[in-house]
Amino acid sequence: MATAARTDTAATGAPGKTGGRSLGALIRRPEAGSVLGLVAVFAFFTLVSGQIFVSPAGFASWLNVAAEIGIVALPIGLLMIAGELDLSIGAVIPAASLSFAIVSGHYDMPEVIGVAVALGVGLLVGAVNGFLVLRTGVPSLIVTIGTMFAVMGLTLGLSVLLTGSTSTNVVPAPVWKAIFGTFIGGMFQVTIFWWIAFAAVIAYVLHVTPFGNWIFAMGGDKTSARNAGIPTERLTITLFMVSGFAAAFVGVSQAMVYQSAQVAGGQAFIFNSIMCVVIGGVLLTGGFGSVVGIVLGTITFSMVNQGIYFTGFDPNLGSVIIGALLLLAVLMNDTFRQMALSYSTKKKS
Amino acid sequence: MTEPVLELRNVNKSFGPIDVLHDINLTINAGEVLCLLGDNGAGKSTLIRTLAGVHKPTTGQMFMDGEAVSFDKPKDAADRGIATVHQFGGTFPLMTIGRSFFVGCEPTRKIGPFKVFDRKTANETAVKAVQEFGITRIDDGDRLIGGLSGGERQSLAIARAVHFGARVLILDEPTAALGVKQASHVLRIVLEARKRGIAVIFITHQVTHAMAVGDHFAVLIRGAVAANFMRGEKSREEITDLMAGGEALADLDTAMEDYKDSHDGHPPQPASRATVA
Ligand SMILES: Nc1ncnc2c1ncn2[C@@H]1O[C@H](COP(=O)(O)OP(=O)(O)OP(=O)(O)O)[C@@H](O)[C@H]1O
Ligand SMILES: [Mg+2]
Repeated sequence: MATAARTDTAATGAPGKTGGRSLGALIRRPEAGSVLGLVAVFAFFTLVSGQIFVSPAGFASWLNVAAEIGIVALPIGLLMIAGELDLSIGAVIPAASLSFAIVSGHYDMPEVIGVAVALGVGLLVGAVNGFLVLRTGVPSLIVTIGTMFAVMGLTLGLSVLLTGSTSTNVVPAPVWKAIFGTFIGGMFQVTIFWWIAFAAVIAYVLHVTPFGNWIFAMGGDKTSARNAGIPTERLTITLFMVSGFAAAFVGVSQAMVYQSAQVAGGQAFIFNSIMCVVIGGVLLTGGFGSVVGIVLGTITFSMVNQGIYFTGFDPNLGSVIIGALLLLAVLMNDTFRQMALSYSTKKKS
Repeated sequence: MTEPVLELRNVNKSFGPIDVLHDINLTINAGEVLCLLGDNGAGKSTLIRTLAGVHKPTTGQMFMDGEAVSFDKPKDAADRGIATVHQFGGTFPLMTIGRSFFVGCEPTRKIGPFKVFDRKTANETAVKAVQEFGITRIDDGDRLIGGLSGGERQSLAIARAVHFGARVLILDEPTAALGVKQASHVLRIVLEARKRGIAVIFITHQVTHAMAVGDHFAVLIRGAVAANFMRGEKSREEITDLMAGGEALADLDTAMEDYKDSHDGHPPQPASRATVA
């Protein structure tokens, strides 16, 4: 950013005073690109696959997928805005799933203990991640790859040690099943509502509270943020713990839905959540992004991921579309960000 | 004469075996602009980083208002009113003017039980602060910092420091990347800050800029104060020579002799980058 964009050129905004200004303001938002992407993807699949895609079942198919990824993508987005990454979620999801299944299934203890242990595992892994990133100064990408493998190994080892198997069944009591793993109307996972709740809380924190301002500042320039008195260390550990917690939450709800848990599974979440966040307009290097963008990115991703099955195309084509979408989203987001930077209030002459 | 705002006595700084600052003695008064001059690698940035609490002096003492101070971290210096503005001013290019102005001390208002960031107050305060410095082109607190020109960004950063009660304002090459017009904006703001009784430490490689605002000049050569004089005591040519190290080499020789006399005949260790032209 050495070359300052010129500001005294004609405003990028718009000619009209009120209407134009608000349109310009919309375009300058971090999620501008993801809105367009979402509209394009929705229109495409509606045209190609027709009625079924816009039926309740069609909506349920991608909403169910979106909810699980979305709960993980939100804190991953926060971390990315703060300038960090977390890949360990790929191991935390199955670890939490199994913890719950082993405690409440294999040992037949009350669900509340199983859930607490599982969420505790997520918080613990997050705290370890944050602590290691701060203490070693190693980039969080590397640290969390390390913890991912460690957690994967421990999960497998402990599971075999305790149950003699790599998968465990669990039959949660109806009330727990209702809270975490039921299907509303027979097709909409209750996780969708949890996702909405997560999004609302995180949007409030990021965009409305001073805490959110700290996250942006930390991602923009960590040293300056620290010098301005922001407790960057506490913030880093907190964000990693939120990420571990969210991953564990998804792990628990998966165990409730499928009534069983396996050692494998969860790895797909790593790349998928990062893709949702990036499609949603979060800057990979930190300092820029929005919760609305992350939610829209998640929906876009899930629509492609599931919508492809409603078309006559080879499902593998879905991955190609997602790849292209990712590239396009980043390019588009760069353009919109540039527009936001070069925007200046229209000169009064 | 009142106490100087900031005083350095025999400040030395070395990084392991590398001595960077030698016996620095300087005083800075309120409402005065001190121009810190010197070639690349002379130790100017190291000196101001020491003032700002980034480094601790190896030996020597610093005084504020006559009272000995010691900073463990930049926050300590900032709490005493020492504010540093870096070359590119705003360091959060993708934050809005209002949000970046208040990083770390966000204004809040209450909505029911919730404490929320008060965007309106933040934007209005930030815009007002920078407009008071004569930058009237900034009138929308929702603009992103990265969209401002270099001069505007510097001005905003200075306005921010002053708003939060800076008493010593440290500017490390604020005009280096700027064109003539933008630089003159920044110089005007330096003068405005001085008028408000702030002590300004101004680093520059441009004699014109130094002459335009400086009340007091200190030239660093290889980490030692080679010349320390007030406005009008030296001509433009002399200052240019000093900055280029011409006449300064002669000064340095005498400085070295003095140094040897007082240090059992040891010459000071040269700074790691020994390229004084
Ligand atoms: N942390 C450090 N460790 C070791 N040496 C350092 C350190 N910081 C600075 N130096 C050395 O101290 C000397 C002075 O550096 P400094 O950055 O203070 O110079 P400067 O006067 O600001 O130069 P410029 O005009 O190029 O900005 C240089 O030789 C540099 O290599
Ligand atoms: Mg320097």
